[in-house]
Amino acid sequence: MEIIQLLISGVSQGCVYGLIALGFVLIYKATEMVNFAQGDVMMLGAYVAITFTSIWGWPYYWAVPATLLVMAGVGILLERLLFRPMIGEPHFAVLMLTIGLGFVLRALAGAIWGSEPRALQMPYVGDVLRMGEVVVGYENLAIIAGTALLCLLMWLFFRFTTVGLAMQAASQNQLAAFYVGIPVKRIFMLVWALSAVIAAIAGILTAPVSLVDPLIGFVGIKAFAAAIVGGFGSMPGAILGGLLVGIVEQLAGLYLPPGFADMSAYVLLLVMLVIRPQGLFATMQKKKV
Amino acid sequence: MRFIRRTDYEQDINLVQHKGHVLWYGLLLLLVFSAPLWLDRFLLGEFTYVFIYAIAGLGLMLLVGYTGLVSLGHAAFLAIGAYVHAFLLGHGWPFPLSMLFATGFSALVGALIAIPALRMTGIYLAVATLAFAVIVEQVLVHWEAVTGGFRGMAVPKPVLFGINFSDPTLFYFLSLLLLLVSLVLVMNILRSPSGRAMTAVRDSETSAESMGIHLAGTKTLAFALSAGFTGLAGALFAHRLTYLAPDAFTIVTSIQLLLMVVVGGLGSLHGVVFGALFVGLLPQIIAIARDSAPPVVAQIPGLEPAVFGLIMILFLIYEPLGIYGRWQKIRQFFEEFPLYRRATHRRQKTFLRTERLR
Repeated sequence: MEIIQLLISGVSQGCVYGLIALGFVLIYKATEMVNFAQGDVMMLGAYVAITFTSIWGWPYYWAVPATLLVMAGVGILLERLLFRPMIGEPHFAVLMLTIGLGFVLRALAGAIWGSEPRALQMPYVGDVLRMGEVVVGYENLAIIAGTALLCLLMWLFFRFTTVGLAMQAASQNQLAAFYVGIPVKRIFMLVWALSAVIAAIAGILTAPVSLVDPLIGFVGIKAFAAAIVGGFGSMPGAILGGLLVGIVEQLAGLYLPPGFADMSAYVLLLVMLVIRPQGLFATMQKKKV
Repeated sequence: MRFIRRTDYEQDINLVQHKGHVLWYGLLLLLVFSAPLWLDRFLLGEFTYVFIYAIAGLGLMLLVGYTGLVSLGHAAFLAIGAYVHAFLLGHGWPFPLSMLFATGFSALVGALIAIPALRMTGIYLAVATLAFAVIVEQVLVHWEAVTGGFRGMAVPKPVLFGINFSDPTLFYFLSLLLLLVSLVLVMNILRSPSGRAMTAVRDSETSAESMGIHLAGTKTLAFALSAGFTGLAGALFAHRLTYLAPDAFTIVTSIQLLLMVVVGGLGSLHGVVFGALFVGLLPQIIAIARDSAPPVVAQIPGLEPAVFGLIMILFLIYEPLGIYGRWQKIRQFFEEFPLYRRATHRRQKTFLRTERLR
């Protein structure tokens, strides 16, 4: 029974990694940029939700959409201010820029909300579901269900909507997409908004489980490992990688000496890079002249 | 303006390009060697710190600036150098031998890390190095028998030929000397075939490979050299810290090292020194500014990394060539005075075509 219990908490933690990884992959797929600050955007989303619910006392059915809207705005703002000037610059420069952005966001959150941890109150927190001997908190179930729903929506969005198809086109070849009349810049703006919204959803889902402080953005690095394990640039890969990292972490916590749980995501990443560098779902091919 | 007449085949790879270099760099050498005479002890210590940073920066510049491989985990090599050096000194090894071994050991670890890293480029490599750095940090925390864990580890005093080098002035000269030796070494590496191969790999792996450059060998060499120099800096850093703890070698340190090469100017050795001056002295400037700032601003947690981050963002957007690039533009403005054109330095944009299939 213990193992099932462990697997469930691994899956729910893995879903959070997967959601953040989804944000990474989305931006990478569309703009070829790597946003290292994704975890910090998630932190920001969680804080905005806390502000609306706990501090201003809004009911949650208003607070959640409002948070998503605010975070979409934040995404657009970041794109306009920081990432649009960087279109056409080398990858590495954008990567460094987002690392810098992460530090700035952390200090900003510390300045606004203080550095002591805060909790997000959601209506479902505290209840548990009993299935035989296995006990699952509703907040963990919410994470799993939310992730599954979001994945379905994303799949439908990229498969069937014009905007989704335009995003795919822009991700394959910016110049060609521009030539066939896709407003590439506007598409990029939407992509950033979308990834900020996904980060906010991850933040709202994870905030009841783990308290929110300005440094929770560092899970972004683990999520990044998850994205690479799944094959960077593949959305199912991101979720699967997240789940894998989450489960491995729980098992390492149980069977290995202390300290290995924190390391396991990175060890998994390095092992993956050695055995199968293209990740679970390969999307890369060798560059040809 | 200076016109250089070519009279010798060796001229382009000479370390000294023209007489102006002799004069100006000679003056600079005079200045740094006489510094203990006219600089107060605190600033001398700060400049020692800058020199140590510059050695680590040389290593990182070789990798990022000249070979085009990004490492987000160079603090790990700094840590390996520092801990190995402190451990060996603690076990009675003589100072020079221990420092050499620490450097060599870092280089070896760098070469080992390069083996999986060879199959990756760009972002994959950056993340692999990051993962490596996190693992090293965890090892430092948990391997208490050797590293002392969170309690840390005292670093024995540097004693060379019976002279105690922990005196600030002597340590200043030691760091300066090692920096100069490293600089000359790197300059020589860069004008050798191996160094040229690194630059070729940076500019285009495909064309470098088709010209007969052994990609894996070149990258491994770059990684090993880079890790070696950073390890050397780590050994010096250990003496500066005098007490080693894992929290001196976190991701933030790695980012600081990277910030140094970016702000200084990628792909130039001048950039390393400018960057080291910047990164080494900025915390002091922030501390001074903090004292005079209103308490609301001064008490923000994580203010220092945020200032670093902000400066990095501004440099990347407005001056990707760093301080050295800006200096070159200013110099060119005066050299060509009425004829300087801004468009000379316009950045070339590349529109990406993905390497992904789906």
